Amino acid sequence: MKNFLFLFHGNYNTMLERTPDEMQANMQRWMDWIGGIAAQDRLVDRGNRLEPAGKILSGNNVATDGPFTEIKEALMGYTMVKAGSLEEAVKLAVGCPILPGGSVEVREISVM
Amino acid sequence: MESKELIPHLFRTEYSKITAVLCRLFGFEHIEIAEDIASDTFLTASEIWGIKGLPDNPVAWLYGVAKNKAKNHLKHHQVFTSKVAVSLGSATAALPEFDIDLSNQNITDSQLQMLFAICHPAISSEAQISLALRILCGFGISEIADAFLINKETVTKRLYRAREALRSAKIKIEFPNPAELDKRLDAVLTTLYLLFNEGYYSVNHQSTLRKDFCLEAMRLTYQLIENPATNLPAVNALVALMSFQASRFDARIDADGELVLYADQDERLWNAELIAQGKYFLGRASTGKSFSKYHLEAAIANWHTIKEDTPVKWENILMLYNELLILSYSPIAALNRTYALYKCKGKPAAIIEAEKLKLTNNHLYFALLGELYTGIDDAQAKRHFTTALNLSKTAADKQALQKKIDTL
Repeated sequence: MKNFLFLFHGNYNTMLERTPDEMQANMQRWMDWIGGIAAQDRLVDRGNRLEPAGKILSGNNVATDGPFTEIKEALMGYTMVKAGSLEEAVKLAVGCPILPGGSVEVREISVM
Repeated sequence: MESKELIPHLFRTEYSKITAVLCRLFGFEHIEIAEDIASDTFLTASEIWGIKGLPDNPVAWLYGVAKNKAKNHLKHHQVFTSKVAVSLGSATAALPEFDIDLSNQNITDSQLQMLFAICHPAISSEAQISLALRILCGFGISEIADAFLINKETVTKRLYRAREALRSAKIKIEFPNPAELDKRLDAVLTTLYLLFNEGYYSVNHQSTLRKDFCLEAMRLTYQLIENPATNLPAVNALVALMSFQASRFDARIDADGELVLYADQDERLWNAELIAQGKYFLGRASTGKSFSKYHLEAAIANWHTIKEDTPVKWENILMLYNELLILSYSPIAALNRTYALYKCKGKPAAIIEAEKLKLTNNHLYFALLGELYTGIDDAQAKRHFTTALNLSKTAADKQALQKKIDTL
């Protein structure tokens, strides 16, 4: 068993356009999806969402405001799962509510 | 005869109290002495009461006799330490005459401390349950053997190993300090819940005895609620959960001793008082910011007090099972969650989720698959029920599964 990170990429603005009912339904979809992973005993950490505001530090230690609300594939959150292989981990990600507009990056966590 | 009925009841309740006080007095190294004195007291009671009849105050009589036997033991021990030790040339301190405190407060304190000492993560949960049944609940060796369908020698060995484990772990009979309390309480609640489940999920000839296990688990959990330091939301949630489940005792087994599944149960046999009690404690548990898995399980059990199949019931139950699995995985929760998914989204969707679970050692897994395939592919359903039948262990489970196969 190895640990994998799911990195959710999407558009923050689509979130803002949702009605309360749509938000409720969306939350339920996320709970069902994560619940499904948990039911298979593959959830390691349900993770967190990330605030849209942020900074980027680069070059000569210069900090600039993050463009996260302007780009379509901003990192919006993460979850950690476990699986026997990358293929299995990808299978776990199937049905993620961030699709089809957004995407899930599936990355194996290196073991030192 | 009157005394013959009174003694078993007294043995159960007073044995644990007397043992708890004496254990604290003698320490875990001499736990058998405490148990021997308690057992001896009841032996004397059955001998004398059989001849002379019941005393006016049986409990006071028992305590008086237990005290005397304990003092005699200490005196005897003192005789050794004072006379024999002196002759061997070592100094002794005179043991002052002291009274063995069997007041209500000391009994309650001792029992709580014993509860924490026995439910210690240093010993296996099997050992914890055996000791809890023997020392905290006062069940006899034969009763424990009957209930678990094992022989008396096995029970005696288990208890022996459990006591040895406690001794070598040098566990003290004391209330945990505030820094440790949460963690230790966790262990206690786990054991109490296991004890309750031992009584709840087994159906055999000793079904009335197994009901006693549930009642004992509830009684011990109440003791935690009655103590301010342990009257915490998770404990209240556990009592709520136990109350809800216990409310269906009389409906779960039919006149032939067979298991009656929830869907087939007669609601009128559900105990309204226990349901009300469950709701009361669930209310009390809903204070503060934290929630435990017991909160989630109690909330689910609360929904199950409504027998009617409604979308809102199952949507809520699915949501709660999602939360429960995210908090703490268990195969049973995974299976129940999949059932709730079926109720919300239909069998085809549930089948897809169920087949991902791969709990191939579990008869309940195949029972669920059988249920889901019924009406979709009856041949497949029959195959799954048959696999479940072959994996199941108790007569009641086999009967219930055979019925399913026969109706297909």
